Amino acid sequence: MRIVVVILGLALFGAAKLPAEHALSRAHRQLHFRAVDFDLAMREQIGQLGFVAGLSGFRSLVADVLFVQAHVAWERTEWGRVLLLFRQVTTLQPRSLLFWDMAAWHMAWNASAAAIRDSTQPRLALRIKAQREYFQLGKDFLERGIKNNPDRPQLYEALARLYRDKYNDHEHAAEFFEKAAALPGAPRYEKRFAAYELSHCEGRESEAYERLHALYASSESERLPTLIHRLKDLETQLDIPLAQRIPDPVP
Amino acid sequence: MSRPRHRMFSLGRIAAIAANAFTELTRLKTFYVLLVFALLLIGNSIFMAQLTFQEEFQVLKDIALGAMSIFTSLLAIVATARLIPQDTEDRTLYTILAKPVARFEYLLGKLAGVLLLLAISVIIMSALFFVVLKVREQTVLSETMRQMQASSPDQMAEALSAVRASAFDVNLFPGIAIIYVKACLLAALTLFISTFATSTIFTTVLMVFVYFIGHLQSTARAHWLQANGAGWITKLFLAFVALFFPDLQLFNLVDDIVAGNAIPHALFIKTATLGFFYTGFYLLLAWSVFYRKEL
Repeated sequence: MRIVVVILGLALFGAAKLPAEHALSRAHRQLHFRAVDFDLAMREQIGQLGFVAGLSGFRSLVADVLFVQAHVAWERTEWGRVLLLFRQVTTLQPRSLLFWDMAAWHMAWNASAAAIRDSTQPRLALRIKAQREYFQLGKDFLERGIKNNPDRPQLYEALARLYRDKYNDHEHAAEFFEKAAALPGAPRYEKRFAAYELSHCEGRESEAYERLHALYASSESERLPTLIHRLKDLETQLDIPLAQRIPDPVP
Repeated sequence: MSRPRHRMFSLGRIAAIAANAFTELTRLKTFYVLLVFALLLIGNSIFMAQLTFQEEFQVLKDIALGAMSIFTSLLAIVATARLIPQDTEDRTLYTILAKPVARFEYLLGKLAGVLLLLAISVIIMSALFFVVLKVREQTVLSETMRQMQASSPDQMAEALSAVRASAFDVNLFPGIAIIYVKACLLAALTLFISTFATSTIFTTVLMVFVYFIGHLQSTARAHWLQANGAGWITKLFLAFVALFFPDLQLFNLVDDIVAGNAIPHALFIKTATLGFFYTGFYLLLAWSVFYRKEL
């Protein structure tokens, strides 16, 4: 009889706690917590032990171990392994900006540089192709990172830098600096960087001039050498009347 | 002279049993594990010094909080599992219950002893962790100042604030508190199982399974309901698991805290409340089994 009472008590308590647990799970999802897909692909990637550890509340520990392995692989310039390990790391800990940023940096900066200087590949076209593929891998990491962390500015900025430095694509660079600047916690320079990039976009010089001028007028601390330099260039390009030009000399 | 009236419920008696349980557990040298924890932290911080400061602090926090979580969960299960069987074996249980001590007081006292042990362990581990974190932060700060001597004051201040932001995060406190709450829940559940279990090993092994089921159930549920379209048998099975096992993933906030996410106060309070509800309920269940148990 007592067993029946205990089992009944457990079941009743279970029924009562379920709504509270559902509400908490919903809150976790809204905050993008536990955004990890534990499936067979993941099981194959991280091995049985890592998979069980990941499922048992030690996800970030497993991610760290893999991250250290990726660091070692980087030191040995084993780019394929670096890529594989970073895919696992970012899958396990998708809310860690550091991992996405590092993964993209290794691919788009380090691996791509190694690819273009690859002495074992005599054909330049193939070296360039490999370099482009690594740029793309870096971009993929950042895009997936942004999908998982849409509310934080750091990865938008990293993607903007990638567009600027690797693709020479100022239009996209300006767009992502702008997106970063619009998010809470973004550094003040994001707005300035967006305007710099815009000033390099053909056909958008007037818009860039207005933005840079607004920044120049907003505060003394914004009047940095690069900003003045870009404004001076645009004044000449847009043929701004002398009376409306900024008084500062070209730095 | 009138004799003092016997009270049905006495905090004094519970405190005495708790103090006794705590003393017994400390005699088992459980605190030695803290030395291993300290070694782990210091060794880790030395090894990780070769990484960038953001990487180093993230790995240090992950390892410290992960080790805290493993240690407190293990301690909660292993320490609680042996309480009643040990007292039965030593015949202490009969001596205590022969006196005017209610069985509920006995169970509450025992659980309170374990919770005190867990609290002290968590406090010591947290203190060790924060000391190591602070020492590493100071080292990185002085290195940064040395490297940036030639930079402008603004740039220097920005770099130093980036180091400070990577090292200490106020959200670590709720994360550690939830680790403790989870350990309390596990201790209470272990106490409930030990009231009808036949041996310490049985309780420990069963609790290890409960631990895994508790962590796996939400992932398995989400996967099955999405992937397989879920027939009624699956749904019944999932409902059974959800009714009888706690969803321990809800208490696993440290993964997201270390990744730099803020834990809203409301979420922290709800999670802690749920954990204490579980603890209280399992204690009541333990009492309902232990109340008329033949000893």
